[in-house]
Amino acid sequence: MSDSAIQFRNVSRHFGDVKAVNDVSLEIKNGEFFSMLGPSGSGKTTCLRMIAGFDRPTSGQIFLYGQDVSHLPPYERSVNTVFQDYALFPHMTIEENVGYGLMIKGISKADRAKQVDEMLELVQLPRFGGRKPSQLSGGQRQRVALARALVNHPKVLLLDEPLGALDLKLRQQMQVELKSIQQRVGITFIFVTHDQEEALTMSDRIAVFSQGKIEQVGTPSEVYEHPSSTFVAGFVGTSNLVSGEVAKRITGADARFSIRPEKIHLGAADQKTEADMFFVDGKVRDVVYLGLYTRYLVELDGGGDLVVVEQNLRTTSMDVMKVKNQKVRLLWKKEHVSYVGG
Amino acid sequence: MLNRISTYFYLRPKTVLALMLLPPLLWFLVIYIGSLLTMLVNSFFYLDGFTGKVVREFTLRTYLKLLDPSNLQIFTRTTLMAVFVTLACIVIAFPLSYYMARFASARMKTILYLAVTLPLWSSYVVRVYSWKLILAQEGIVSWFAKLVHLDGLLNWYLGLPAVGGTSLALSTTGVFIVFVYIWLPYMIIPIQTALERVPKSLIEAAGDLGATPAQTFRTVLLPLAFPGVVAGSIFTFSLTLGDFIVPQLFGDSRFYIGKAVLTYLGTSGNIPLAAAFTMGPIVIMIVYLLIARKLGAFDAL
Repeated sequence: MSDSAIQFRNVSRHFGDVKAVNDVSLEIKNGEFFSMLGPSGSGKTTCLRMIAGFDRPTSGQIFLYGQDVSHLPPYERSVNTVFQDYALFPHMTIEENVGYGLMIKGISKADRAKQVDEMLELVQLPRFGGRKPSQLSGGQRQRVALARALVNHPKVLLLDEPLGALDLKLRQQMQVELKSIQQRVGITFIFVTHDQEEALTMSDRIAVFSQGKIEQVGTPSEVYEHPSSTFVAGFVGTSNLVSGEVAKRITGADARFSIRPEKIHLGAADQKTEADMFFVDGKVRDVVYLGLYTRYLVELDGGGDLVVVEQNLRTTSMDVMKVKNQKVRLLWKKEHVSYVGG
Repeated sequence: MLNRISTYFYLRPKTVLALMLLPPLLWFLVIYIGSLLTMLVNSFFYLDGFTGKVVREFTLRTYLKLLDPSNLQIFTRTTLMAVFVTLACIVIAFPLSYYMARFASARMKTILYLAVTLPLWSSYVVRVYSWKLILAQEGIVSWFAKLVHLDGLLNWYLGLPAVGGTSLALSTTGVFIVFVYIWLPYMIIPIQTALERVPKSLIEAAGDLGATPAQTFRTVLLPLAFPGVVAGSIFTFSLTLGDFIVPQLFGDSRFYIGKAVLTYLGTSGNIPLAAAFTMGPIVIMIVYLLIARKLGAFDAL
């Protein structure tokens, strides 16, 4: 078995004049939890659908473990999908839903029942086999959809925003569960989401999509700490983007850079600086107390502003408010700066 | 004043409900059920063959008459016709409904909707008559068959027993064609509605799990469209059972239930026999619905 599970070679998908996917090349490794992250219309779902076989590339090739599957129908690919709306068959019981793929493969009823039971056990829904999908909650349907896909032992499991319809608590719980199931079964997971936090939590690697192209591929920390473009810096987490005169004044170079608000230290106006640090002086114009942390908007001397976030480790809401309108010095390590070009 | 009336009714929702339901209930109970009951009662009377008058005494002899071989044949013939018309309607309606539900653009869908229901706007009798022109001996079909030198084939077909006749219009096939034509919209709309409610992701999910298109059709699409098919077939089946105009204008002299009822009622004034005859389709429909229920057609309701 080759090391790469999925390979995109110059794949494009056009819908009329719209280039939904525009010359994407990508490699996903065997056993990886890989996320495709991007806003709606960025081409991530189209990429997923092309792997599943619901859509075919206008040009380019897609390889599944070395085999060119670009133009194979879905039923001839050993990948399975967990759909955004779960797509459980409403006229079948949970047992029949989960056993559907096995039934199609012609596996005997007894074998099917055994595997289905094991799978329902894995997703923590034992004894639900006799129910209909309409009798289940959203989270439970989600698990059934997962079981229905996993029971076929696909080489790659595709997940199309599967947690989108769940409420926050349940979503966070499912994130952890999905990750642990992936580690247990060892199958390559490709996870499509527009939720950057979700992608950062679960993924081994992330591809950030924008307008049909991949902006950056990397581990969560790479993507977060060293965004390669303005788009990535803005889409994954929040960033201060600094360019032009202000950038030149801080770094000495006329190059646009991004700095995360939490990397900036809010210091006293006369704070001593180190050689490995950038610094800039300003005045706190706004303070927003958010419980866990506080967000400061600092107006820089000579124009521009920066957002700074600091955790309320020892400070209270009363303390942080005192900073308003105070002169401050902002400092951050040079290594935390990402030059994003443009 | 108006305000006070409004308040009065607002505070008494049950009175409003009763007022609202009174007209339909009256209509339903008196006219609808009433006529059915009258018919049922009449079917237990009998016609005195000598005086030609209806004798209002409870008897089962009218029903016994239904069991005459010739009358049983009418039931069999009509039921078979209804079955074949229904099957043909399903076969024709399904692909079109599928196209409308899944592929047609919003604009195309509106056009098709109009095209399907447009014939229902015009008079039923006129439409049936127009088929006379198409299927008659010197009609459009035979003219066209001659034009492309297929008249031999047409004549051979008309020579066949059971389905043939002196012309298409006067054959059982003609009756069948016209029935399929006039009831088709009643099949297309319910199937289309049922298919519309099947999310695309279900079809994709089946393919994703390894099902070929044929398997997807059999295991997902058909079961989910089935209630629609049954709803449509209730229309086509019962309408065919009771229709008397098409068998009157088309086909040979053989009777269908509707035509028999009309004859007994009009020509011979045998109201009890006509009433008993009408109970036939009702019984057949009840059996049909029971079978449909057994097959799970109403599970989704």
